[in-house]
Amino acid sequence: MTTPAMWRRRDLVGLLGAAALPSAFGQFRVEVTGVGLTQLPIAIAPFRGDSAAPQKIAAIVQADLERSGQFRAIDASGEDLNETSLPNMTPWRQKAADALATGSITRLADGRYDVRFRLWDVVKGQDLGGRSYAETVGDLRLVAHRIADIIYEKLTGEKGIFSTRIAYVTKAGTRYNLWIADADGENAQSALASPEPIISPAWSANGTQVAYVSFESRKPVVYVHDVASGRRRLVANFRGSNSAPAWAPDGASLAVTLSVEGGSQLYTIGADGGQPRRLTQSSSIDTEPVYSPDGRNIYFVSDRGGAPQVYRMPATGGNAERVTFTGTYNISPTISPDGRWLAYISRIGGAFKLQVMELAGGAVTSITDTTADESPSFAPNGRLIVYATRQNGREALMTTTLDGKIKARLAGQGGDIREPYWGPYQR
Amino acid sequence: MFKRIFLIVATAAVMAGCASNVKLDDVPVEDKSATSVSALPPASTNTAPPATSQSSVAPVRADTSGSMAPGPANVARIVYFDYDSYVIKPEFQSLIEAHSRFLKANNGRKIFIEGHTDERGGREYNLALGQRRAEAVRRSLGLLGVPDSQVEAVSFGKEKPAEAGMDEAAFAKNRRAEIAYR
Repeated sequence: MTTPAMWRRRDLVGLLGAAALPSAFGQFRVEVTGVGLTQLPIAIAPFRGDSAAPQKIAAIVQADLERSGQFRAIDASGEDLNETSLPNMTPWRQKAADALATGSITRLADGRYDVRFRLWDVVKGQDLGGRSYAETVGDLRLVAHRIADIIYEKLTGEKGIFSTRIAYVTKAGTRYNLWIADADGENAQSALASPEPIISPAWSANGTQVAYVSFESRKPVVYVHDVASGRRRLVANFRGSNSAPAWAPDGASLAVTLSVEGGSQLYTIGADGGQPRRLTQSSSIDTEPVYSPDGRNIYFVSDRGGAPQVYRMPATGGNAERVTFTGTYNISPTISPDGRWLAYISRIGGAFKLQVMELAGGAVTSITDTTADESPSFAPNGRLIVYATRQNGREALMTTTLDGKIKARLAGQGGDIREPYWGPYQR
Repeated sequence: MFKRIFLIVATAAVMAGCASNVKLDDVPVEDKSATSVSALPPASTNTAPPATSQSSVAPVRADTSGSMAPGPANVARIVYFDYDSYVIKPEFQSLIEAHSRFLKANNGRKIFIEGHTDERGGREYNLALGQRRAEAVRRSLGLLGVPDSQVEAVSFGKEKPAEAGMDEAAFAKNRRAEIAYR
């Protein structure tokens, strides 16, 4: 990994006494709280044409970068710059900005929008380049997220995750919906509406399909659903309950929990269905499988020791070793894309708390101050975790940095919101 | 002048290779104030507008399947459980016997036993706990001579609480197995 150029130059020490840090754009619904130790100060000037455009590109880019925890926004309101401007760097240096982004959005004759941006290194007065896009109105948020991805990668040296998608479920009255949304929770589109519960969505590695558990036939069965076409197929509809789908990294099969032979046991099954192959042989509950990113191991939850704990076994089955040792209720494991971190939910004194364990040393950190955390899922660059929780009596989706310092509440549809799953990088 | 051309070419190369790890400070810079801007590469060579947006999702609407049918008259259909327990309490034995008599007398009829939990804890783990409750009722019916072919044990976990609320009174009503005739 390259050392980010700007990190080296200015390792900013953040403000002590972390306080709420509301986004500078009042109409935007993402709330970011907390202050990281090192945040790169960046100014995103309003894109010329933003005020007349259907999407406020600069606001989306800024909220993305703030939510990552690695950037601090410098006020650029009222500036009149675009990607062709040669900005005077002196005032930006006085505002302690390290970087400046400028751009424009223009409606084309064919109805599409021309979006352009340029990134500046304020300290060196250097043009860091940019991009131009011509896209339909429906893809303008995607363009904004791609711009945020490019800025993030140029300034941190790591791939950005803003143009990825998340799946989540809402319950409004007795209506359930599976949504596919931008990584900031906005732009949600319904993939499935049902009068019965939907749980445990899981993206395939190529980002085109979501596996989930639906109760529409008045029992839990597992579907695989192509989100662009709406075509879906039943992959596990055996006698008893069918649940907890987890994609193998190669996309050819899934691990699932079935009760077809009694109890709740782990099986693998082809992505097109077929005969399941049993992985565990226990009289206890074995559920919530998840593959390690290299596909060699499966982490899962079992109460074989008397209480639910996280275990690890070879992906083809075999001896399981216990992974969590603190507490008496540890569930919902998920592994970071680099295989280094395990996130899971632990019951601590009646509260359900998101935990992060560094697998190499086993050190565990509790990273939230909420008490009803559920369903953690890593961003594809491993820098953020999305999870469900309760805030002020309502269900909410949150993202957090792995150290817990920066959290953001994601926008979402009305009603209760739950079961987030962060999708992979888009092609 | 040559320096400036080199800078433009170098920054264009940085932009073109956006996914690669190019060190930004390899670009030589002497002037600390901006004097020129580089050309912006288009993100795609598409000139024709696409028919649909790249991120569109086709909506699907599911309907409930599996209609309900009547079972034995004047017999309760719900077995309640204690916290963290799958043991069928003695007061529900007569209920289970009544259903077993009905099923044996009507061997074309089929039931689903739907296990449920209270709302504390994870969704998938509760699904497995509810399955245990449903299977406990299935075993009791089996001991009374009801064939497995007439009984399917499934779980709703914590997804369908009978009673809203986060107190013990609501929790007790939600820890249950329901017998549903189809």
